[in-house]
Amino acid sequence: MGKPAEYYQRDRRLHPPAHAPHYKTSVTRSPQKALISLENSISEITGPRFGHNDIGANDNDLLFNFATPGESPIGERIIMHGRVLDENARPVPNALVEIWQANAGGRYRHKKDTYLAPMDPNFGGCGRTITDENGYYFFRTVKPGAYPWRNWVNDWRPAHIHFSIFGTAWAQRLITQCYFEGDPLIPKCPIVQSIPDPEAIEQLTAALDLNATIPLDSIAYKFDVVLRGRRSTLFENRMEGN
Amino acid sequence: MAQKLDYLRETASQTAGPYVHIGLAPGAAGFEIFDNELGQDIAGPNAKGERIRVEGIVRDGTGSPVKDVLIEIWQANADGIYAHPESAGEVEEGFRGFGRVIPAFETGIWAFDTIKPGAVDGAPHLNLWVVARGINVGLNTRLYFSDEDNSADPVLNLIEWENRRATLIAQRGDDATYRFDITLQGDNETVFFDV
Ligand SMILES: [Fe+2]
Repeated sequence: MGKPAEYYQRDRRLHPPAHAPHYKTSVTRSPQKALISLENSISEITGPRFGHNDIGANDNDLLFNFATPGESPIGERIIMHGRVLDENARPVPNALVEIWQANAGGRYRHKKDTYLAPMDPNFGGCGRTITDENGYYFFRTVKPGAYPWRNWVNDWRPAHIHFSIFGTAWAQRLITQCYFEGDPLIPKCPIVQSIPDPEAIEQLTAALDLNATIPLDSIAYKFDVVLRGRRSTLFENRMEGN
Repeated sequence: MAQKLDYLRETASQTAGPYVHIGLAPGAAGFEIFDNELGQDIAGPNAKGERIRVEGIVRDGTGSPVKDVLIEIWQANADGIYAHPESAGEVEEGFRGFGRVIPAFETGIWAFDTIKPGAVDGAPHLNLWVVARGINVGLNTRLYFSDEDNSADPVLNLIEWENRRATLIAQRGDDATYRFDITLQGDNETVFFDV
């Protein structure tokens, strides 16, 4: 068997550096030695695959998945939807997309979150889904609130949803955060601004998508995720045929 | 100027933050929301091979435990086959090879049970991915086993600094338990890979 086709190398210049001094926690959690570059082997070309049997039918409905029957969480009802694509602009079907977020007041359901905004008894704050054959996914949730954190003395995170995505390969594994169009906290956030490339920040900002709203029910935002693309196997085969 | 290429650019990574446990391992963090928590049974009931336990701690540059870390595991079965269509061969029913582990809240010590994988393109190894608050891009590393012959492994031998290779070798103790500590920064920093 020949070598498997590799994924395009990750362009580290559009990702935040490990050591981002204005995001203080990174200072002692960042490796100081250079990463060792590996050619993809079967260990990185493969990766866990997930299917509909792994998740529940309502796991992508955060208005519903933790609420007392007949009740729903407080906050701005939103549809968060989009596609998972690769760098070749091809959809990634059967991608597992997992999200977690604060409630509308900016509070997480986590014992270490002591922000004084109240817990919402009807909101859990996590969901997951699997992309369809077009790479499409959607969640129903509430728009998360901004929240304060001690980085500098008075920092506030912009409203955001944490996204975790599995494509088809371990090499594509990605965790990121999705921000909301027009949020004035985005340019002030040391975590967002750890990304050196302004276009990459734009790419993390979900767009208001009026066409996808449900009239008199929910407003919609569109957030596409791009995973690493792969070299064409055709080209690999040609190389081997030489 | 030249023509534009049609590629998209990869979405930038952001830290998993302090609450990654409720997002990706809610049940383990004491928050019951999903019926089926992913990554809790790596090998499944039918897996061949030696049942092992791996335990360790992740430390930051000050030597303190990183208690809000989440580690993902990706491994082959005892025959060196991954549960993936591009790996040649079949795995046992119920074998996923994927795991997620979080530390004990008080100590930062984590442990997971699995089976020892077979050789894959070199010595047997587990692929690990480490995320936490303060880690801006998930860190890829590998775990090799102290009781295997790792001398010809192509990835270990790629590490120019021979003294750093030891950071990737889990030490076998009693009862088929291996110890694997990860150091994010400083002396004895674990080798991380750009895959
Ligand atoms: Fe957050």
